[in-house]
Amino acid sequence: MLSLEGITDSIHNWLNHALNPTLAMLSEFVMVGLCVITLFAMLGLVLIMMERKVSAYMQVRIGPNRVGPGGMFQTLADTLKLVVKEGLTPDGADHFLFNLAPFVVLSASMLALAPVAFAKGFQVWDLPIGILYVSAISSVSVIGILMAGWASNNKYSLLGAMRSGAQIVSYELSAGLSVLTIVILTGSLRISDIIQAQQDGWWIFKGHIPAIIAFVIFLIAVTAETNRAPFDMAEAESELTAGFHTEYSGMKFALFFLAEYVNIFIVCAIGAALFFGGWMPFHIGHWESFNHIMDFIPSSIWFTGKTFALIFVIMWFRWTFPRLRIDQLLNLEWKYLLPISMANLLLTTFVAIKGWYF
Amino acid sequence: MGSASLLVLIVSAVVFAAGGILVGKLFIKGTKNPQKGQAYECGILAKGIGWNQFNVGYYLFALIFLIFDVELIFLYPWAVVAKKSGWMAFGEILVFLFILFMGFLYAHRKGALKWI
Repeated sequence: MLSLEGITDSIHNWLNHALNPTLAMLSEFVMVGLCVITLFAMLGLVLIMMERKVSAYMQVRIGPNRVGPGGMFQTLADTLKLVVKEGLTPDGADHFLFNLAPFVVLSASMLALAPVAFAKGFQVWDLPIGILYVSAISSVSVIGILMAGWASNNKYSLLGAMRSGAQIVSYELSAGLSVLTIVILTGSLRISDIIQAQQDGWWIFKGHIPAIIAFVIFLIAVTAETNRAPFDMAEAESELTAGFHTEYSGMKFALFFLAEYVNIFIVCAIGAALFFGGWMPFHIGHWESFNHIMDFIPSSIWFTGKTFALIFVIMWFRWTFPRLRIDQLLNLEWKYLLPISMANLLLTTFVAIKGWYF
Repeated sequence: MGSASLLVLIVSAVVFAAGGILVGKLFIKGTKNPQKGQAYECGILAKGIGWNQFNVGYYLFALIFLIFDVELIFLYPWAVVAKKSGWMAFGEILVFLFILFMGFLYAHRKGALKWI
């Protein structure tokens, strides 16, 4: 059967057969780099298109429909426009930090791609502490955002960066705690182990109440962590024009935008892996024939479907809830989500030790 | 792929970002205009310096976060072995979370979680 794992394996074998080991390794590195860059560009195009179309249909509009069939090439045209725009650096800005910030933000979201399992056996690096790694790397982007806001020498940027910093840092806690519930149930931090543990059903079904609570908290927390509405305090247009990237223009602005969308993809991919089994097809216990039928759908399609379904939910949030104020935002995290997720952690431990999950 | 993949990813991120910016530079014929370099304040001339004072509340939340984040790191190795260790692990986490929650209550009573 044609699978992504098979393709990578055959490429690996062929390279090692045709070239000497060092050269084969180097060419593999180049190929991985190219794949990741292509994925980045594609994700940017697809997600921005999806965002615009989803918002349009939710507001009973059609959305972009002029460039290409059904407006499919609108984002491509926008990207072209952004590439040829002049990237200005304000006179009063800290030039070095100002120009460094997009690189930091983009590198952070690129690095967080490493443990994401795109299909069965198709991962950049299946490291044994995958989940911990993702939560560590995703907090690096805060540094880039603070850097951008501070270096701009603009009041809006500074305020936006501070808000964003407080918000990302706070919601990281409950995101981490909700991730821990799945780690307790699985007993491993490795992404492939977590997915493998869901062979007889996804955690959201097997882990019943604690897993569902954890999933809801996770969804709220990652929406806040990726600075999405209703938590988009950092770039609240009506208050701060564009928040921390007010002063950015041209390609540097595009890089911030891209990193933001890729971050949404990554958190949704991680959420899918934790609660919905990542690339694991929909299996029910020991219904062998049912499971076998489900296996006919390739794992990459399962992964893409679940991830994009979660992305759709996050986009849906944007048009459902009004924006929060900064004090309401911090209240929600510190007075509700954090105590609830701590109690949920205890509940999960209890359930896991008692063996009350399927 | 091993840890080399991190290097590959960082390099590809830098290549992607630098490539985009450099391609842009090729097409741009920048014109000089003193107004271009000004800070953007919705069209009005920028008043004062951009590096303003900001609310001290941000610092407070950063400090509380620091405590809880360290706690979270301690929980990760515990979570991996929690199921295997059984009730021992449950008792430990109960004590740990209790102490932590006391700290949280202390911060709450002191008004650290209140936005000024």
